[in-house]
Amino acid sequence: MRSSMMKMLSIGCLCAAVALLAGCPKKATTVEPPSTGTQIAGAGSAGSASTSPLGGDTGTMGAGGQGAGAGGGLASTVIYFDFDKSDIKAEYVVVITAHARNLTAHPNLKLKLEGNTDGRGTREYNIGLGERRAQAVRRALMLQGVAESQITTVSFGAERPAAEGDDEAAWAKNRRVDLVYTP
Amino acid sequence: MNKTLCSAALLGLLLFNLRARGEFVVEVTRGQDNAIPIAVVPFSPLDTDARTFDVARVVADDLSRSGRFKAMDRKDMVEQPHNGAGIGFDDWRRLGNDYIMVGLMLPQGEDRYNIVFELFNVLNHQRLLSYQIGANRTGLRLASHQIADMVFDKILGIRGAFATRIAYISVVGSLPNRTYRLIVADADGENPHVVMQSNEPLMSPAWSPDGQTLAYVSFEERLPSVYVQVLKTGERRRVSARAGVNQAPAWSPDGKKLALTLSTRDGNLDIYVLDTVTQALTRITDDPGIDTEPQWSKDGQSLYFTSDRAGGPQIYRIGIQPGDHPRRLTFQGNYNARPRLSPDESQLAFVTQEDGGYRIAVMDLKGRGEVQVLTKGRFDVSPSFAPNGAMIIYASRDRGRGVLALVSADGRVQERLVASEGEVQEPAWSPF
Repeated sequence: MRSSMMKMLSIGCLCAAVALLAGCPKKATTVEPPSTGTQIAGAGSAGSASTSPLGGDTGTMGAGGQGAGAGGGLASTVIYFDFDKSDIKAEYVVVITAHARNLTAHPNLKLKLEGNTDGRGTREYNIGLGERRAQAVRRALMLQGVAESQITTVSFGAERPAAEGDDEAAWAKNRRVDLVYTP
Repeated sequence: MNKTLCSAALLGLLLFNLRARGEFVVEVTRGQDNAIPIAVVPFSPLDTDARTFDVARVVADDLSRSGRFKAMDRKDMVEQPHNGAGIGFDDWRRLGNDYIMVGLMLPQGEDRYNIVFELFNVLNHQRLLSYQIGANRTGLRLASHQIADMVFDKILGIRGAFATRIAYISVVGSLPNRTYRLIVADADGENPHVVMQSNEPLMSPAWSPDGQTLAYVSFEERLPSVYVQVLKTGERRRVSARAGVNQAPAWSPDGKKLALTLSTRDGNLDIYVLDTVTQALTRITDDPGIDTEPQWSKDGQSLYFTSDRAGGPQIYRIGIQPGDHPRRLTFQGNYNARPRLSPDESQLAFVTQEDGGYRIAVMDLKGRGEVQVLTKGRFDVSPSFAPNGAMIIYASRDRGRGVLALVSADGRVQERLVASEGEVQEPAWSPF
């Protein structure tokens, strides 16, 4: 079980590396924003919101914590969200695109999207918010051609935080969708 | 029954017999000014073994914790009578007591005690209670809570809820290696037992109306499923493991149905009712927003729930008959969620956002729907009424830790139950 999982993971990594290489020449700015129905935030609105909690503490983030600007693409397996929001911020479009390419190039790959929230608010409502975030990522991937059968979602709400603490630094790390390749 | 379910049931059975570690320290954070003064005199243990259990202490602590009583400090007691004939009423009155309780523990053979006790009105010397309760050693704590219930009922005319239980989730360990436990303890947090333990999240314990069974959500398969587990036997059954969300179980008043939150393929959460006998599933809400946190009305004909169909989460009520439309109940503020009814359905407790904090509020359902915010914390969630409606237990945070707290339904009394380890969340108070 464990070894087969490791094998799958290393295949996934290999695929990831190939896709990353393939994707490299393209710049983030050339990524086509999906045409209809998505909630991908425009650069303008992200700028005007300006409270982006990740900006200040990118340096303190652990593995997978860096946004698109810090390497992006397949290396990133976490997409972070603003408080009470489920729209995908402009900086994560490149991450979505990289994973979408990876999945369309390798139709046997399966991706699980784990939606999470910070610890504020009621637990069951947070399950709903986490699901909404996972679905936002799912829709964005499908709009880039990923087959529905390749993606599953689960919401952990506030039950599986990535960071502990009752402050914005911890909350920002917890409002996330983890992208997990599964066997 | 498949093998996984069988072994899971066995696991539950084994775990229930383990005593959970970590007891609570009660801190009264706000008391009531007009608490009734009562002296609970230590019950003389004739048998030295019985000295290990202090019935009078448990009774006095129960009464004090209710906020309605103020139990006299033992070191201020000049004498310790054990029956009515020994009470010098004038002395006890001068010491400021309205009531006095005296008693005796009488050993009856190997592992059996008779607790004989009397309650008097100090002012008119009237005997209000004279009773005896038999118990074995392990039953002494429950017997003590029952005595406190009788005193509460006799003096206030309100049924006591000290001999009831609470279920809650405890989380220990640091990320990412956390252990989640579903625990059932006495209402004062003592005597905790592990019902279920997992390395994946456990959520939303809900008592069946007869107090015999808990429904809860477990992520043990890295996906949410709803289970019901019989407390006495540990027998466990998975009742919902549909694709997507399986959350927020709530028992119907007749104990035959469960309201659940399920999701469609595209992740839309709505409320459904599952008949646990016929397995028939009925969809109750149908809205693109998040509909969740259902709670049955007492007549079993409608459900209170949270929905963000109008933007932020608000509380609604809907009949369970086909074609019924929801009616919105909360209008103050941007965040009102997780409704819980008082046992007489006169009040609705919920979580509201005020000054940036999440707090426990109650709405008067009998009058004009006035809302009173009862707590002042930043992270107060998961309210649950005591079965007598007098207190609300909820989850709060204290110095970065999840703790349980209590507030009286009128907001005048407030307490914290601080566990000795880990995070404590999602308390659910049992029925009588």
